[in-house]
Amino acid sequence: MTPDTPDGGKPDVALPALGLLGSLRWGWTQLTSMRTALFLLLLLAVAAVPGSLFPQRPANPAVVTQYIQDNPDTGPILDWFQLFDVYSSVWFSAIYLLLFVSLIGCVIPRALAHGRAMKSKPPRTPRKLSRMPIYGTLVLPASTQSGGSPITAASAAADAAAMLKKRGYRVDLRDTDSAQPSVGAERGFLKEVGNLVFHFSLIGVLVSVAVGGLFGYSGQKIIVEGDSFVNTLVGYDTFTPGANFTAGQLEPYSLRLDNFDVQFDRQETHYGQPLDFTANVTTKDGPDAEEEEQVLKVNSPLNIGGTGIYLVGNGYAPVVTVRDGNGDIAMQGPVVTIPQDGLFTSLIVIKAPDAAPDQLGFVGFFLPTAFVGEDGVAFSRDPDPFNPQLNLNSYYGDLGLDDGEPRSVYVLDTEDLTELNSRTSDEGGIVLGAGQTYDLPDGKGSISFDGLDRYIAVDIRHDPGQLGALVFSSLALAGLTASLFIGRRRVWVRTGTHADGRTMVEYGLLARGEDHRLTGEGAAIEKALRTQWLVDEPVEEQNERPGAPGSTTFEHASHQAGNGKES
Amino acid sequence: MPPISQTLGEFSERFMLLAALTYTVAFIVFTLDLVKSSKRIRAVEENLAASQQAEQRVLVGADMTGGSSPRGGAARLAADTTADDSMDYSGRRKLARIAVVLTVVAALIHAAGVISRGLATNRVPWGNMYEFCTTGALVVVVVFLLALIRKDLRFLGTFVVGLTLVMLCAATIGFFTPAGNVVPALQSYWLIIHVSVAVAASALFTLTFAMSVLQLIQTSRVRKLAAGGVDRTPFMRLVPSALSLENLSYRINAFAFVMWTFTLMAGAIWAEEAWGRYWGWDVKEVWTFVIWVVFAGYLHARATRGWTGTRAAWLCIIGYLCIVFNFTIVNIYFSGLHSYA
Repeated sequence: MTPDTPDGGKPDVALPALGLLGSLRWGWTQLTSMRTALFLLLLLAVAAVPGSLFPQRPANPAVVTQYIQDNPDTGPILDWFQLFDVYSSVWFSAIYLLLFVSLIGCVIPRALAHGRAMKSKPPRTPRKLSRMPIYGTLVLPASTQSGGSPITAASAAADAAAMLKKRGYRVDLRDTDSAQPSVGAERGFLKEVGNLVFHFSLIGVLVSVAVGGLFGYSGQKIIVEGDSFVNTLVGYDTFTPGANFTAGQLEPYSLRLDNFDVQFDRQETHYGQPLDFTANVTTKDGPDAEEEEQVLKVNSPLNIGGTGIYLVGNGYAPVVTVRDGNGDIAMQGPVVTIPQDGLFTSLIVIKAPDAAPDQLGFVGFFLPTAFVGEDGVAFSRDPDPFNPQLNLNSYYGDLGLDDGEPRSVYVLDTEDLTELNSRTSDEGGIVLGAGQTYDLPDGKGSISFDGLDRYIAVDIRHDPGQLGALVFSSLALAGLTASLFIGRRRVWVRTGTHADGRTMVEYGLLARGEDHRLTGEGAAIEKALRTQWLVDEPVEEQNERPGAPGSTTFEHASHQAGNGKES
Repeated sequence: MPPISQTLGEFSERFMLLAALTYTVAFIVFTLDLVKSSKRIRAVEENLAASQQAEQRVLVGADMTGGSSPRGGAARLAADTTADDSMDYSGRRKLARIAVVLTVVAALIHAAGVISRGLATNRVPWGNMYEFCTTGALVVVVVFLLALIRKDLRFLGTFVVGLTLVMLCAATIGFFTPAGNVVPALQSYWLIIHVSVAVAASALFTLTFAMSVLQLIQTSRVRKLAAGGVDRTPFMRLVPSALSLENLSYRINAFAFVMWTFTLMAGAIWAEEAWGRYWGWDVKEVWTFVIWVVFAGYLHARATRGWTGTRAAWLCIIGYLCIVFNFTIVNIYFSGLHSYA
């Protein structure tokens, strides 16, 4: 906003020099304007969309890594634009922070103005009430009486004030000594209060989310039947601390999975669909606390030590014994498998680093109800373990666990390993039914399938912002409802005496914001006045100004009054 | 878990089919009514024009200046070309009455289908996309019929019944799922609260979508007529002015927005219970949020100079398209925690 154009030519319009302060003020006015808020809102909607198109790191880090590997050209570019971290990206944050700054800049002055409005008297009576969107007149014949005395301009105004007060208006009776006393009345202050509560609550929700991110933590743990989880850092499989997390926050409660019941639908149309997952657990609030039996289900989390424990997954953990070439037990116990489909065809990886002379590794599938198809490939036909079977390939060599590099227990890197046998080799793959043992070729050892456990996957989460988010969003909902459905209205009634002794009454109504019920309110007020003074039905119809149906006029009226901004 | 009644389930499917057939007939009759009313209005108008011409000739013959007769041409044009703002219509529309009765009958059969589905499965009938669609379509029709008691919205009949038919067809052809139990993740009382409010809000947005489309047509039609163009869409004479459409759809949208806010919140509370976090930017959450923001933008637009009218109507339409996208594309092609159907 400089007065000179870059090429040195004279500007068409001489703009006043704003200076730094002026520019800042101009920028602030722009930012807090309704138009900017609207633009930022729509921009926020658009900016949120990419997060649903691309995999997101916080939800699925592995999928993102895979995506970048699969798209070596576009992947890194997308990553540079933070399209895999949309909701923590610079540009998304910029939009919502600007939106909130704009919101604060809009709401605070409005709150102050509304505070003043609530304290001040209803606005002065306009000179020309007939200009109001709803306008009407009543004429009281000179003979009209109320309570035995004639109705004068002053008493009519007092009556109108009393009636409006009864209808919930704040009332101000003015000019009672003059020839034209009038009543100014206003109601519906809660509309603006609701509007302000709504917007302030949105700030509250944002702060609550931030608090949750700073002081909360979450983690995952897989627990096999019979095993326990203790709420310490080493107890977790994965752990995501908030920015201000300290290990002292963890309360050392424990949880043991006693057994896990699964029920599948046996009805024709939904055969094999899960019906019920129930984990029976025993918990202890601390090392010395009493044991307590509890039930953990989907949609019914446990709350212990300030954390929520959620049942988010389950699967099979076949119990396996691996003996090495020397005949010693190299590995024994349940192995967690990863379900690949609804029939619990599960991926299994078994590592026996203690095997000697060579380390042993197995990779393959666990099938709850194995069935061999025409092509000779086994598959699972049912999620329940009617015919449990392990189909494995075996390897020997260096598992790569000793070099200190972290490796996933669910992946077997076969690059440095030598294949012992597989489905394609001469010996064929390992096929193990329950209770069976398979001797590996070349005297490398044996593997046996001893039993079957189930496991559960639980999310454990502490979110100190959660309650705040609930409270503030509930407040927001209440405020929103009030702001949309309460009508803020002003009513003025002016009375006077005609030369022939009749008492003349005129009234006008104005709404701030949208109010389709204003016409009805005008009619109700007129009816109340007529009932009070026992005046006959209208000689003159209530005037709705031609071509101006209620709500639109007020909208314009409020725009003209500079109130068009409702952030 | 109590067993599923397959017999009742099959009854429900037959009811749905029968309802769809009845809606089809109602749709045809509503359309016929639009066509016939347009013709009649045109005929009346031609008569009127002829008599006015005659009148003017008489006036001229009597040597009186016709100074007052051409007055308010534009205002009269607007009044003549649209229905009354109060949405009261003069004159009987027999076909429209038949269409409404047919719609009521269809809705009753449809309700029987929805209720028998619920009885067959021993739960609320909105546990998958098929049920969401069939129940949602019923809510659209019921809201429309209830609105008819207060206001003559029969001009919306073709659109509302047409949309209902589309929803029923999509449900039966695209999303059909036999009666059955729901997976553990959906076994929660939040299914009753969260989804029912979502269905109702979507139904209201469906109505305002139809109104906003009509509002745009009406706006451009009136503009063309004012510029002296030919009326290509005479049936729009049965439709109120763009302004009253905008005002009515704003009122419905305000209500639906509150419901959508509640849907979002109830969904967050349920998500906390089922998945351990109240907000995780799951695809469905993203789109529910986008829809919320678009309609928040719509409400702000109504209070911003230069954004009322046509632009607000476009926002309402975009919002509804997001809802449709959220229900169809997101459910079918995007994998997320909400993939149940």
